[in-house]
Amino acid sequence: MDAQSTDVVPGTLDMLILKTLSLAPLHAFGIARRVEQISRGVFKVNAGSLLVALQRLERAGWLDAEWRETENNRQGRFYSLTRAGRKQLELETAAWERRVSAMSRLLRAEA
Amino acid sequence: MLRALRRGVAALLFPARADRQADAEVRHFVDQRVRELMRDGLSHADARRQATIEIGNVTATREEVRASGWEHSTDLLIGDTRYALRRLRRDPVFTIVASVTLAIGIGAATAIFSAVNPVLFRALPYPGGERLVTIADRGPAGATVEPTYGSYEELLGRSRSFELLSATDTWRPALTGTDEPERLAGQRVTAEFFRTLGVMPAVGRAFDTAEDLPGAARVVVLSDRLLQRRFGGDASLVGGWITLGGEPFRVIGVMPKAFVDVLAPATDVWAPMQAARRAPPNSREWGHHYRIVGRLRPGVDLEAAQRDLDVIASNGRVEFPRPAWASLQNGVLARGLLEDVTAGARPSLIAIIGAAAVLLLIACVNVANLLLARSGRRRTEFALRAALGAGGTRLVRQLLTESVILAFIGGVMGFAVAQAGVGVLVALSPPGLPRVESIRVDGAAFAFGLLVTTVVGVGVGLLPALSASRADVRSGVQSTSRTATGGRSAAGAVLVVSEVALALMLLVGAGLLLRSLDRLFSEAPGFNAPRLLTMQVVNAGSEGQGNEEQLLYYEQVLTAVRGVPGVTDAAFTSQLPMSGDIDGFGFVSAAFPERQVGEDGSASRYAVTADYVRVMGIPLLRGRLLNASDNAGATQAILISESLASSVFGQRDPLGQRMRFGPDADGTRPWGTVVGVVGNVKQQWLGSNATNAFYVSAAQWRWVDAVRSLVVRTSGDPAAMTAPVVRAVWSVNRNKPITRIATMEDMIARSAPTRRFASVVYSAFAIAALLLAAVGLYGVISARVAERTREIGIRTALGATRHDIVRGVLANGLLLTGTGVVIGAAGASATSRLLETLLYGVTRADPTTYAAVIGLLGGVAALACWAPARRAAAVDPAITLRSD
Repeated sequence: MDAQSTDVVPGTLDMLILKTLSLAPLHAFGIARRVEQISRGVFKVNAGSLLVALQRLERAGWLDAEWRETENNRQGRFYSLTRAGRKQLELETAAWERRVSAMSRLLRAEA
Repeated sequence: MLRALRRGVAALLFPARADRQADAEVRHFVDQRVRELMRDGLSHADARRQATIEIGNVTATREEVRASGWEHSTDLLIGDTRYALRRLRRDPVFTIVASVTLAIGIGAATAIFSAVNPVLFRALPYPGGERLVTIADRGPAGATVEPTYGSYEELLGRSRSFELLSATDTWRPALTGTDEPERLAGQRVTAEFFRTLGVMPAVGRAFDTAEDLPGAARVVVLSDRLLQRRFGGDASLVGGWITLGGEPFRVIGVMPKAFVDVLAPATDVWAPMQAARRAPPNSREWGHHYRIVGRLRPGVDLEAAQRDLDVIASNGRVEFPRPAWASLQNGVLARGLLEDVTAGARPSLIAIIGAAAVLLLIACVNVANLLLARSGRRRTEFALRAALGAGGTRLVRQLLTESVILAFIGGVMGFAVAQAGVGVLVALSPPGLPRVESIRVDGAAFAFGLLVTTVVGVGVGLLPALSASRADVRSGVQSTSRTATGGRSAAGAVLVVSEVALALMLLVGAGLLLRSLDRLFSEAPGFNAPRLLTMQVVNAGSEGQGNEEQLLYYEQVLTAVRGVPGVTDAAFTSQLPMSGDIDGFGFVSAAFPERQVGEDGSASRYAVTADYVRVMGIPLLRGRLLNASDNAGATQAILISESLASSVFGQRDPLGQRMRFGPDADGTRPWGTVVGVVGNVKQQWLGSNATNAFYVSAAQWRWVDAVRSLVVRTSGDPAAMTAPVVRAVWSVNRNKPITRIATMEDMIARSAPTRRFASVVYSAFAIAALLLAAVGLYGVISARVAERTREIGIRTALGATRHDIVRGVLANGLLLTGTGVVIGAAGASATSRLLETLLYGVTRADPTTYAAVIGLLGGVAALACWAPARRAAAVDPAITLRSD
């Protein structure tokens, strides 16, 4: 396995899923792949966590899910962002950016 | 939100579909990964293996996916409940014993607290009831004596502590003019009585001051109960007339349904007192038969009122002259009304509360014990489930579910027990127990009992789960760990010892009470009780008649009754021993005019027909009996009891001594002469020492008693003579009510109601406690035998005989019992103080009781250990040794 790859930063999996789905509806495997691609292989998504998270987000009303044909003619469960999900993504993104900028200020000050 | 709910419900209702979806999604994910890996060049088999490893345990993942919804915990709860029910069903002995134990504990405690709470502790059903007080006179020995109306008048005129002060007097008028003649329970009350209690009639009005004057019009207020029972609940009766004691009374009011006169709970009619003001000393108004109830002024407390009354009592005023027997020289006593009306019942009720608390405690201990023993049997099960991946919280949750279900079953059964128990208690309760009608199952008490037992059950039930989640899984699965086993039996032993000790305490209490009753009822009453039939005959409508007419009526009744076949003799008396009648009078003797004797300086008055003493079988010790020549014209002839003779006249010959009784004592009437001394008779109850009494011919008493007891000596079973005797009485006049029909032996049996009540309840509790202790002992010894099967097998293999094994197990059980007995005996000797006032003829430390109770407990304990001992002896060494 790639020595550079690491598990998703704790607490950010939801945000990553929402972000990924804001681009296009995808099934679970597609989401995992997309996260890895976009992060250039830095983040690796654990399949179990991903499936549980999807279930949870759907239950929270941020995702819609439907069974659809995949690109290779298989039935896959496709998730898409709901309006509430979009709002949640904005909230989480804003919160994250605040945290990141605070963190980097702190680290710079330390140095 | 709505969507979450909808999905959850869908998942709950169609678990298979939700499962299929989650499954399909996992499968899809794996397939995709396999495809990807194959593209990277792996073989299909390798790719599948790799993908499967990556996704981890598919089942676990699927479980996790499923567990993320809210419906999952509901689902678990249903599963837990199902599992718990299955477990409980599979262990029916445990389930039945545990829930019955809970039911007994919760039920008994709830019933007792429900019964006792309103009687002893709840405020009186009157507005500002805590400001109501009663005032009683005090006798020479400090005993309370009912006050006189004369004293009431003086207190009313002089005391400044009361907003309202009223007096009451017992009145038993006969209701006639409707279907059956009936003797009612009534009260004569002063005009402000209802205002003093603070409750006014629901229909009509209360008495006004003018109606309370002597000679005023006859008016009554009825209870709602009487209106319903005799007048069809027709409130238009108010303003109408009813016939009481042969006189027309105008009904002016009906009290509210909820009203109860706690001074006399059975009261159905109230009439104005209409007492003479400033009556002469020889009048009825100076008799000790009234009660005084007052409402304290705001800001005046009981102590202040008592001080006020003390000053009045010790400083007489010329304008309020007092006769010798109402001189208030021993002071008067003010008591809170609640304290006054519950004083008689208090000791037995408190003892019973104690017993109920002990029983509840035993039930808790027993449930703890049962759960502990059961947890021993389930160690392997828990270890196995932990090994299969059940988390600590899951195990705890599951046990919690089991405990709660058990508590629920026990609670439901306990409620039924409480419901039945309250009914039994009310039925058994001594007559005159205040506020019996307000007894019902108390929700708070029930909740308390349920809570206590459940908390104990849950707490103990959790132990095995905690130890299973902590313990090394492997050792649990493989065998029972020896150290844990030891700890558990130690806990079990402690519980059994405490159970035995608590049971012994109850058994000692029950034993002492039963022996007291036994002693009490073996006391001689002072007359010949068997084959004696008694009843009260009310000469209703006699108010307008002269004395001769009334006496004639009673003579005619006696003649008719004597003519009944099977009747040997009959007589009338103004009051009857053992019946609850109380009629005492003060007295003076010419020889010792200053001598006051007895607790309250009074002697029981028996105004009788000449044959009474002979019919009752009271022995004549000296002198002569009364006879027909002791009539209205002759000097009053007096028989006195032995105790009265010796306390008044000491060594002197009582015969020929001159005495005056009651209203005659003031000296305006001629002296009576003592003509005979008869044996002592127990008037109130068999344990009574107050046997001072005098007997005079009814013809020589100042008034004719309108209510008299007929005593009939029969040749056969007295109860069988009831109907012919009643017919004979009514053959003279069908309009006279007959009440309180009972054989003398029945009356004696009922004469100690409080003691009987306490001993019945105590015995029931003690038996329950004994059974629970036996169950506990059986459980612990069985568990020990089961744990030691291997050891027993080895010992048998090494040559121990069946006898040795049985003896070992029995010794084990009896050691526990013995320890419990020692502790319990110490506890019993400390707590039996509560029972002291209820004991008769036995001391608290009565060795016979202790010996009998310990013997009984030991026997039951031996029986409880016998079965497990037999089981131990039947252990086949070969099988045991191989099985492990």
